[in-house]
Amino acid sequence: MTYVDTKPALKAEAQKLSFYYGGTVQALKSISLGLPDRHATALIGPSGCGKTTYLRCLNRMHDLYPGNRYEGVVLLYPDEVNIVDHAIDPIEIRLRVGMVFQKPNPFPTSIYENVAYGLRIRGAVPRSELDGAVEQALRDAALWPEVKDRLRDLAFNLSGGQQQRLCIARALATGPEMLLFDEPTSALDPTATARIEELVTELKQRITIVIVTHNMQQAARVSDYTAFMYEGELVECDRTEKIFTNPSNKLTEEYVTGRFG
Amino acid sequence: MQRHIDQELADLKSQILRMGALVEEQIQGSIKALVDRDVDLASRIIERDALVNSMDVDIDENCMRLLALQAPAARDLRFVTTAMKISTELERMSDLAENICERVIELNEEPQLKPYIDIPRMANWTMQMVRESLDAFVRSNAVLARKVCADDDFVDNLTHQLFRELLSFMIENPGTITRAIRLTFIGKYLERIADHATNVAELVVYMVEGKIVRHTTPPVLSDNET
Repeated sequence: MTYVDTKPALKAEAQKLSFYYGGTVQALKSISLGLPDRHATALIGPSGCGKTTYLRCLNRMHDLYPGNRYEGVVLLYPDEVNIVDHAIDPIEIRLRVGMVFQKPNPFPTSIYENVAYGLRIRGAVPRSELDGAVEQALRDAALWPEVKDRLRDLAFNLSGGQQQRLCIARALATGPEMLLFDEPTSALDPTATARIEELVTELKQRITIVIVTHNMQQAARVSDYTAFMYEGELVECDRTEKIFTNPSNKLTEEYVTGRFG
Repeated sequence: MQRHIDQELADLKSQILRMGALVEEQIQGSIKALVDRDVDLASRIIERDALVNSMDVDIDENCMRLLALQAPAARDLRFVTTAMKISTELERMSDLAENICERVIELNEEPQLKPYIDIPRMANWTMQMVRESLDAFVRSNAVLARKVCADDDFVDNLTHQLFRELLSFMIENPGTITRAIRLTFIGKYLERIADHATNVAELVVYMVEGKIVRHTTPPVLSDNET
């Protein structure tokens, strides 16, 4: 098989990124990994390999706990902001880099307010534009037809799959450049999973996607690039079809064929 | 770690081997029928082609099932898709052995044109290629597979040599044309069987190395050329 390796432009890039939990436990060991702009990159690897840790570095999620320490840089392009620089306000980063978690976590409020929340804290969105922005985000998350007549309902009344799409709409509302998914379908049934995967495939046309998944077939279906991590190190990152048909590294081969992990 | 899929893959491998052994018998038998002028044997081989066909279907179904249920990846994926294609190649070889037998039955309606020397030689080479290509598959041996690809030229040369010889018969005596053409066909069938063995060998190179060497002219024969 021949692979046309025109290097795509990057949206973000970790350079020698190491990360320590509580200042002592090293969870990432000098990771250098670029994330192609407007493509989906899947992070795979056995539990504890550091894939979620890496993902969380990308929007400073680790700052919530004291003692955590970053080394190296994560550049967000095009302006080359160092995401893990403490001088940079994490709120600024999180407006540009959204996140969707394993379990849907809507706020205990209405569907409308869930989506409007990010826009409100960002401020400067006039009331007249808020309705339109909420509708657009819900449309982008393929949820609008199902909720348009019940925007004032409590978000918890939605099904699990709908709640997850609401969380995606909430993340999309602030117009992020990159969206991080941490096992977004592990709590969903196959139909809801398929809808989220469809959505990811659509979104990656205009937003950079990074997805952590334990489901190899999901990684194969939705991603353009796949990075395999093991024990805090990046083992191999390549085009997804290469990783799943003919990986270069023996360890990757063993992992994707289910020989370990 | 012993995985459930390992047993399934081992079963698939032995399925291919059983089919390969039967196809070898078909080819060998067709040449024996020619040399011994044995119409009964030729008929039996023609009948037995149905068995090869059903094995091809079984292997196909097994591969489809494995792809759907086990979702194999990387080397396992290459193994299953290769097995699926090898099965098709073997089925075509058996069809060609059947074609040889059809010509044998026709040839036996007339006296033998000439002593058969080159055809059995070609058949031996061809069968060796078939055997070695399957051996390469079973042992995941890309070196042996590349050797099989190289051997194909020898069979091609023998085919041309046979054709020139038969042409001289036809020019000298038009009464020999029917028989000479039938023998030319048999030469062509053997040459096609060798081509299918080459295809199998090329598939094995892909399975082992993940490199596609099909449709490359000249065939990529060493690792450092790609």
